[in-house]
Amino acid sequence: MAQTFTFELVSPEKVLLSGEAEQVQLPGAEGDMTILPGHSPLISTLRPGVIDVVLAGGKSRVYVRQAFAQVEPDRLTVLAEKAYDVAELNASAISTQLSEAEAELAQAKTDEQRLVANQAIAALSALKA
Amino acid sequence: MPSLKDLRNRIASVKATRKITKAMQMVAAAKLRRAQESATAARPYAERMDAVLAALNQRASREGASPLLVGTGKDQVHLLIVMTAERGLCGGFNNNISKLARADAQRLIAAGKTVKILTVGRKGADNLRRDLGRNIVERHDLRGVRQLGFSNAEEIANKVLAMFEAGEFDVATLYFAEFKSVIAQKPTALQLIPAKLPETSAADDAKAGAGQSVVDYEPDEDAILGYLLTRNIATQIFRGLLENAASEQGARMSAMDNATRNAGEMINKLTVKYNRQRQANITKELIEIISGAEAL
Repeated sequence: MAQTFTFELVSPEKVLLSGEAEQVQLPGAEGDMTILPGHSPLISTLRPGVIDVVLAGGKSRVYVRQAFAQVEPDRLTVLAEKAYDVAELNASAISTQLSEAEAELAQAKTDEQRLVANQAIAALSALKA
Repeated sequence: MPSLKDLRNRIASVKATRKITKAMQMVAAAKLRRAQESATAARPYAERMDAVLAALNQRASREGASPLLVGTGKDQVHLLIVMTAERGLCGGFNNNISKLARADAQRLIAAGKTVKILTVGRKGADNLRRDLGRNIVERHDLRGVRQLGFSNAEEIANKVLAMFEAGEFDVATLYFAEFKSVIAQKPTALQLIPAKLPETSAADDAKAGAGQSVVDYEPDEDAILGYLLTRNIATQIFRGLLENAASEQGARMSAMDNATRNAGEMINKLTVKYNRQRQANITKELIEIISGAEAL
């Protein structure tokens, strides 16, 4: 059996996902990364995007916004303000998110806000396709 | 002396009141359980956030740190965010929070500071309106909200942050009732801006000391800290909202429990009075009949 580590996806309201994972792909602020067991400690903010979790029992894909990840050799914690299971996201839900992101882009004042909104749009468009 | 009919009516009305308070108590108990559940469910997020912030706080450089952490360098204008319930009939719950906020506001005003108040919930605004009405800059309403979500907290946080960026205040303090138990709710003041970060304990230090040097930060510490501080405002407000919701229901439950008990006592007293009165009337009538018969 492959090595595993504890993965937790936590939203402000509750713990969304918790279990043993074999690998997790994160949309890091400075590039995608895949976390495997025994990863060196890391704290990173995440772009809006999709987290790919390979759990011991199955796979899970979650779209997150405003999130950050805390990695330790034996555990990974993702704190996400907004998280949606991709399997449950239908076309209309994606469109709602997309128009929200576009509204944000229109209102964005700083380059950073524009960047985040653009990243969200890119991630959502990819999901839609 | 009230007549028998009056007494009967009083007893009936107190009985009706007792039924209502009893029902309210049971509703509050059900809502309390739900509020406590969501408060418990929200705890992991806040705890992790605190832990990461505490770790970052030690590492990040002080120079050029976010004003959310170090403040604006002044403490002239204070913003008090007073969170209360939308409804009354919950004992001293709303009053206790308002009292704490009012005492602080008056102390600050006496010290020559400017005080601005943002109220969340209708009752706090009503309480503070009389003497601090001019200081209330914004009233946030949660009346239509059935289940508190993070988005409610985010809305408030965005307002606060926008005000902070516009330089409208220097220090922000959050007032809410901390949920100790069903019978004890403690009005609390929590300083939001500049943020008071939890200090890491010595044990944590020792634990972190081993692995700390190898923790990678992406992007750098300062950027993450700045980002997290902004998000932390919403998290803290959310925590306050949830604690408040649980406290409110707890306070209402014990208030209604007292009311139900008082109504019971009152019914007993009234019933005794009613029986006495009835007996007195019978005795009086008997005396009248007997003395009438004797006179013949």
